[in-house]
Amino acid sequence: MIDRKVVAGAGAVVVAALVAPLLSSYPLTLLTQVAIMAVLAMSLDVLLGYTGLPSLGHAAYFGVAAYAVGILSTERQAGFGTCFVVGIGVAGLTAAVFGLVAIRATGTYFLMITLALGMVVWGLAFRWVSITKGDNGIAGVPRPNAGVPWDLAAPLPFFYFALAAAVVAWIALGILARSPFGLTLKGIRESESRMRALGYNVWLHKYLAFVIAGVFAGFAGVFWAYYNGFVSPVDVQLVTSVETLLMVALGGPGTLAGPALGAAVIVFLKNFVSVYTKRWLLILGAVYIGVILFAPRGVLGAFRGTQR
Amino acid sequence: MDARLAKTLTVILLTVLVAPLLTPAPLPAQSGPFKIGMLAPLTGPFAQTGKDMVNGAELYLDEIGRQIGGRKIELIVEDDEAQPATALNKSRKLVEQDKVHVLTGGQLASIGYALQPYIDAQKIPATYPVIASDDITQRKPAKWIVRTGWSTSQPMHPFADWVLKNTKYRKVAAIGMDYAFGYETVGGFQQVFEDGGGQIVQKIWTPLNTNDFAPFLAQIRRDADAVLALFVGRLALQFTKQYQEAGLKDKLPLLGGGTTTDESALPQMGDEAIGIITALHYSQALDNPANQKFAKAFETKAGKMASYYSEAAYTNARWIVEAAKLAGGKVEDRDAMLAALRKVRLTDSPRGPLSIDDYNSVIQNVYIRKVERKDRLQNTVIATYPAVTQFWKYKPDEYLKRPLYSRDYPPCKHCQ
Repeated sequence: MIDRKVVAGAGAVVVAALVAPLLSSYPLTLLTQVAIMAVLAMSLDVLLGYTGLPSLGHAAYFGVAAYAVGILSTERQAGFGTCFVVGIGVAGLTAAVFGLVAIRATGTYFLMITLALGMVVWGLAFRWVSITKGDNGIAGVPRPNAGVPWDLAAPLPFFYFALAAAVVAWIALGILARSPFGLTLKGIRESESRMRALGYNVWLHKYLAFVIAGVFAGFAGVFWAYYNGFVSPVDVQLVTSVETLLMVALGGPGTLAGPALGAAVIVFLKNFVSVYTKRWLLILGAVYIGVILFAPRGVLGAFRGTQR
Repeated sequence: MDARLAKTLTVILLTVLVAPLLTPAPLPAQSGPFKIGMLAPLTGPFAQTGKDMVNGAELYLDEIGRQIGGRKIELIVEDDEAQPATALNKSRKLVEQDKVHVLTGGQLASIGYALQPYIDAQKIPATYPVIASDDITQRKPAKWIVRTGWSTSQPMHPFADWVLKNTKYRKVAAIGMDYAFGYETVGGFQQVFEDGGGQIVQKIWTPLNTNDFAPFLAQIRRDADAVLALFVGRLALQFTKQYQEAGLKDKLPLLGGGTTTDESALPQMGDEAIGIITALHYSQALDNPANQKFAKAFETKAGKMASYYSEAAYTNARWIVEAAKLAGGKVEDRDAMLAALRKVRLTDSPRGPLSIDDYNSVIQNVYIRKVERKDRLQNTVIATYPAVTQFWKYKPDEYLKRPLYSRDYPPCKHCQ
């Protein structure tokens, strides 16, 4: 039987794709942003939701990939293919190195180590001025020519491009979550010692999950650089990591579609509520508190609860 | 959690998500108001100076009754949170949804660079009243941005000239915030100072989140003649205080970039600020009728001293309105608006006469200011350099061949 949340998620994608041509360019760019942030949130969900590892440094992989695209496309005029592969590659490589350090720890210590590693990347972005242009950031990243017959500089084609990418990521992560590997991750989340006793290599599973999450964060980062046309240290800073964590918590960890929904809620709240009131941070805060009090497993998690 | 609550929550969330999408985009009306879109940081660490900007712009528009030739002027302000991605989002909203005729505002260099490709791609006439990073009108010029504010090194070139001619300081140690604004401030000073025979003997860069300056103050070379400092906001307050506490103030006179004693920080300073000499294109204490009127009106409106941020936004608002007049009110004609923005000349702005050079940046007076206590602390103007361009006395094409002032340029030849 197909999961209800998969149907709902697919429905949302179809609706978004159908509605998009009717929208004016500004809401459309926000929808594009949702698609990209959804991938980032889903990638963190692999760690937080499925493996039970709350990372506070997830913006690092996202940002490293974005920087790779920024540098390659402005200095070397590299095309989409090169940027995509290198972006995801460096994100995965960074995660592979950081994972060696971080996976040893659990709980609060894992939070602290990932936070520190994230700050290392931020520090590099900020201080390695000859490569990253420091605080000014890298501007002028051109929209890609991805071998499609449409001009991706226009908002609508780029939205479909990002949406297609998000769907690919969603399907890939969905398959991963349902695979024996994904089930093992869930087992580790529930009881690490029992999984170890059953003969699973817990460390390796956690490590692979960490790298996979990094790769998909990089996937989102590549599109983020193209979407904004610039990369700056803000993309790798703590605030971005925390916001991603909140997207996952808000939508419902361990559901993939939930974090994507969380990403949508946060992007729209940020951009629309702030138009009507200067106190929009207060409203955002109230939403977080509301979710934690009334739906600690996130919005989608709450629904799952009702089905049982 | 029960099912009803889950459903309610979903309905609320869906409403929040969908409702804004359904609001129709306003039609581009020919006879609607003249819309100016403005970005300013209204939340976060830069909120105070962001509010100064909004108050400044509103002050001018209120003075003229928020209308031009019978047509209403609408100022739409958006909070950019001092973050480039947010600023870009909000610019999209202002330009594509609200259909503003002119885009303006912003405070940080990173935002200036991030918006530049968007502004040029959209071909939307824009002005930067505060963003000062040199290259926006130098090595990477933007066609559609007119800089009505200043470029970072613009006041520092004449400042070095003044120090050479009026003081005996020949060896200066520099300490500044570790980012582009700091590099360009110190770099501009160093260029002219060393061309004129002075020496920068040390450069210390402090992180933006410094909480204690003691370790940095300990490094300052005691054999220097003076210290050049560049800080903004909270860091300016803290640095000047600790500088005095460390007993350095009487030994090593303090020079500074203009923001170090800007009126946005000055009222919170004490006697430690007295005697600091800085250079900027504005001082609240400027003694001309336009400024006296502006400074007084601003203080009545905002309940605080006018800073360079408020003057910048005030004059910038006037600039945009004058441009609309020059364009014959045809603010929808973007080419005409851009041409008009470049053509505006103001002879009586609070900071003196203003015009635009061939590179879209403002030509203006630079004031050498010394902090004094009258009935309160103020930046008393002690010298004026009239009509200074962003290139000082260098030839523009030769100037542009040199690299941008950075952490490593000009190289510190006299550092040990």
